[in-house]
Amino acid sequence: MNKNLTWKWIVIVAVLVVFVLGVFGNPANWSSKGLVASIKDQIHLGLDLRGGTHLILQVQVNDAVNVDSDNAIARLKEDMRTHKLSYADIVKPDPVNHPETVVVKGVPPEQTTDFKNLVTDRLTDYETASAPENSWTVSMKPSILADLKNRAVQQAIETIRNRIDALGVSEPVIQEHGLGAYQILVQLPGVDDPARVKEIMQSTAMLEIKQSLGGPYSSEQAALQDKGGVLPPDAVLMPGRSIGSTRDNESGENWYLISRASAVTGRDLRTAEPSTDENGQPAVRFILTSEGGRKFYSFTSGHVGDNLAVVLDNKVQEVAVIKEAIRDTGIINGRFTQQQVQDLSMTLRSGALPAGIKYLEERTVGPSLGADSIKSGVRAAIAGMLAVLIFMLIYYRWAGVNADVALIFNLIILLGFMGFFGAVLTLPGIAGVILTVGMGVDSNVLIFERIREELRNGKTPASAVEQGFAHAWITIVDTHVTTIVSAAILFIFGTGPVKGFATTLVFGLAANLFTAVFVSRVIFDWILSRKQRGEALSI
Amino acid sequence: MEFFRNTNIDFLGKKWYFLSFSLIFSVAGLLSMAFWHGIPLGVDFRGGTLVYVKYSHTPDPDAIHADIDRAGLKNARVQRYGLASNNELLIQLDIQETSEQALDKGKTQIIQALEGRASSASAGKQDLNNSSSLALANYLLEKDPLHLGMDANPRYTAIAQAIVNDRDKVKSGVLDSIDGLKGVVDPAVVASLGDGFFVSDFGIRNVEIVGPQVGQQLRKQAILATLYSLAGMLVYLALRFEWIYGVAAVLTVFHDTLITVGVFSLLNKEISLTVIAAILTLIGYSNNDTIVVFDRIRENIKLLRREKLSDIVNKSINQTLSRTILTAGLTFLTVLALFLFGGEVLRGFSLALVIGILIGTYSSIAIAAPILVAYQDWRTERGQRPIAMPMRTGTGQNSPKEKIKV
Repeated sequence: MNKNLTWKWIVIVAVLVVFVLGVFGNPANWSSKGLVASIKDQIHLGLDLRGGTHLILQVQVNDAVNVDSDNAIARLKEDMRTHKLSYADIVKPDPVNHPETVVVKGVPPEQTTDFKNLVTDRLTDYETASAPENSWTVSMKPSILADLKNRAVQQAIETIRNRIDALGVSEPVIQEHGLGAYQILVQLPGVDDPARVKEIMQSTAMLEIKQSLGGPYSSEQAALQDKGGVLPPDAVLMPGRSIGSTRDNESGENWYLISRASAVTGRDLRTAEPSTDENGQPAVRFILTSEGGRKFYSFTSGHVGDNLAVVLDNKVQEVAVIKEAIRDTGIINGRFTQQQVQDLSMTLRSGALPAGIKYLEERTVGPSLGADSIKSGVRAAIAGMLAVLIFMLIYYRWAGVNADVALIFNLIILLGFMGFFGAVLTLPGIAGVILTVGMGVDSNVLIFERIREELRNGKTPASAVEQGFAHAWITIVDTHVTTIVSAAILFIFGTGPVKGFATTLVFGLAANLFTAVFVSRVIFDWILSRKQRGEALSI
Repeated sequence: MEFFRNTNIDFLGKKWYFLSFSLIFSVAGLLSMAFWHGIPLGVDFRGGTLVYVKYSHTPDPDAIHADIDRAGLKNARVQRYGLASNNELLIQLDIQETSEQALDKGKTQIIQALEGRASSASAGKQDLNNSSSLALANYLLEKDPLHLGMDANPRYTAIAQAIVNDRDKVKSGVLDSIDGLKGVVDPAVVASLGDGFFVSDFGIRNVEIVGPQVGQQLRKQAILATLYSLAGMLVYLALRFEWIYGVAAVLTVFHDTLITVGVFSLLNKEISLTVIAAILTLIGYSNNDTIVVFDRIRENIKLLRREKLSDIVNKSINQTLSRTILTAGLTFLTVLALFLFGGEVLRGFSLALVIGILIGTYSSIAIAAPILVAYQDWRTERGQRPIAMPMRTGTGQNSPKEKIKV
């Protein structure tokens, strides 16, 4: 065997080992059960094979915009009163389709400049345009509007993710759905009760801001002792960890005495974001709805100097001191790091659904169907493969063995690719594997037919093999590239199961380019190198 | 063994037979699409509610339909699904019952209507065949039949999961009786279940609810994907060969798609998302096939400069016939395996591929090649230089000073 051939064999064996690893990962034990288990770890099954729920929701972003413009109207009314500007009415002409537009009617012409200045100063997100009959349209700036809508979607995604995590669903998918406007895709493998999940996703009362009456205590007993053995009737003990507390008690949970009544709940929160306080230290800025702002103002003005607790799911997240009365915007500060501020903002945001959600699509595959689908898919794959393998053996004799080896190699590489990329296997994906077998063997047929032709024309086996591969190569590249492009388009435009099909097709064809040309050639060269002069090629 | 050694069939001579064959099928398909079944769109594109129900016995679609009708769902369609031995029904509601205000209202009503047939002994109990593992676990936690202490929660969750697995994976989704679980879980658990659960005669296998907005989006996506595919093909072929080759290939693929959709219309089979995927795949396959023939034509044009294009084309087809039939046969075998063994879910998909492989192979020989020759003849008639030669300066005539690169 010449040196070139040896190197090529080494390459082939190396590739084989790498991709077998891709299929099996790192199996705990090498029994057949252990191997099957490790395959299951590496290759992710799609919803249609595992069973589960697939939902597409639409965030009603106009709700969020309406909240903002309602706030703006309230502020405008108050400011105009303070600045002694008169108006006849402030309305939203079309809250359903244009929630960002407010019309102020009846502003006297002599107050025009003052009015415009007021809006520019106080409502920085809005711009004015004059309208007939002494009216003005005050509408949100387009860039701010777009930003608000997108943030609403992102916030909804975080909130939903938080709630789904609480359900303990394994490997959920929650992401923006690119095919539509303000749509979210939620995939929950193994969830057989979509009604409950939908209920949880839409619930709102998970965030509360309450007064903290005592703590942090190291245990419930310590808290009881402090209060003389009996808790006040309007308070309850809650566990929590104060992130930015002055005490460096990082390990274990603290307990706090929290009032039952809430100053503000998740309903009242519009959003929260990282910011800085007056000293430039990281802090969290939160914004309440107008109703929430009113409630919070009356609460905080009566409790300056007391402690405020941010409670998420009945666990205390943060305790801070009320420095002054807060209306709709407030700063939560303590000794936070930037990371803590980000986390807390996200926690606050994830407690609040910024807008209503509407369900657009719901698919639930029962696990019984999933199990049956796997069975049928595997059965069809084995049947198809056997048919092809046997035919190639009969029709092409020893060259058929060559093709069969290449085919099996192809499958290993395909599955290995899927393991490495964490690609999802769906039922059409299994069909894609079967199709790859059929289309892949085409490359072998192309080459072999050409070799037969050259042999018929009187060429020697070595020359025929070389000519066969040389001529067929161009055609193989052409056909593979066009099908891969087709599959890529399918991947971009397709949804779940179809994406799985496109994935296996692309991987399979890519693998085929390697096996049908390189591996087959090496095997042929090896066979030729062992033949005597003039001995015929079995094809 | 060799099937097609040195054939010499005059394919181009038979082009009128091919044309009439294609024309008959195309027209039949078009007529069906226009006047008979239309283009049967699946729920993905139409919108609506689909509930797949499996029964423990042979169900009576008419009786079920009457029940659903009584529940107030007037436009429901109830039909058998899959093999008769599967005992499965498909219940469909139209888009009117599937508004986005309450997307799953139709599904809930259907389930209630189906459960309504259960006997009075089941009043107040939950249906074990349609309960989630969570509901089971919660019930067991409450009743605590095994008197577990500390680790009740994980133990009962595992037991609930075992029950659900037995129901879904072993018994195909429908339990016959609660006693049937005796081999799976502790008898105390089984007894406790009997108090709170009954066993209906059906289990929900699959639910698909597509609202009008999503239906419209998916329709748009399908059309865009197909158009982009065709455009990509045209561009690639025009670059690798001459533009007439690209046009011929696109027309061929168009013919294939038309006949495939026509057959779906004639058989009244629904076109779903996966069927569109299959159609895009067969576009790819048909294209492959056409390219193989075109490649050989291009090669032979360089070799056999003196001959007529129609002779060259005929020779090329004959030379590639072996490969064409073999590949078609092998791919057809695999797709046939899919159609026969792949299950009901993939039935539409595999049907599209079965038709597509046959038509795709046929069309490369019967449609693509004749288009090339016809175009060249037309150009020659008009006194122009024949252009169907894939070289920048090629004229089909002898030109000894030309250097051709592969």
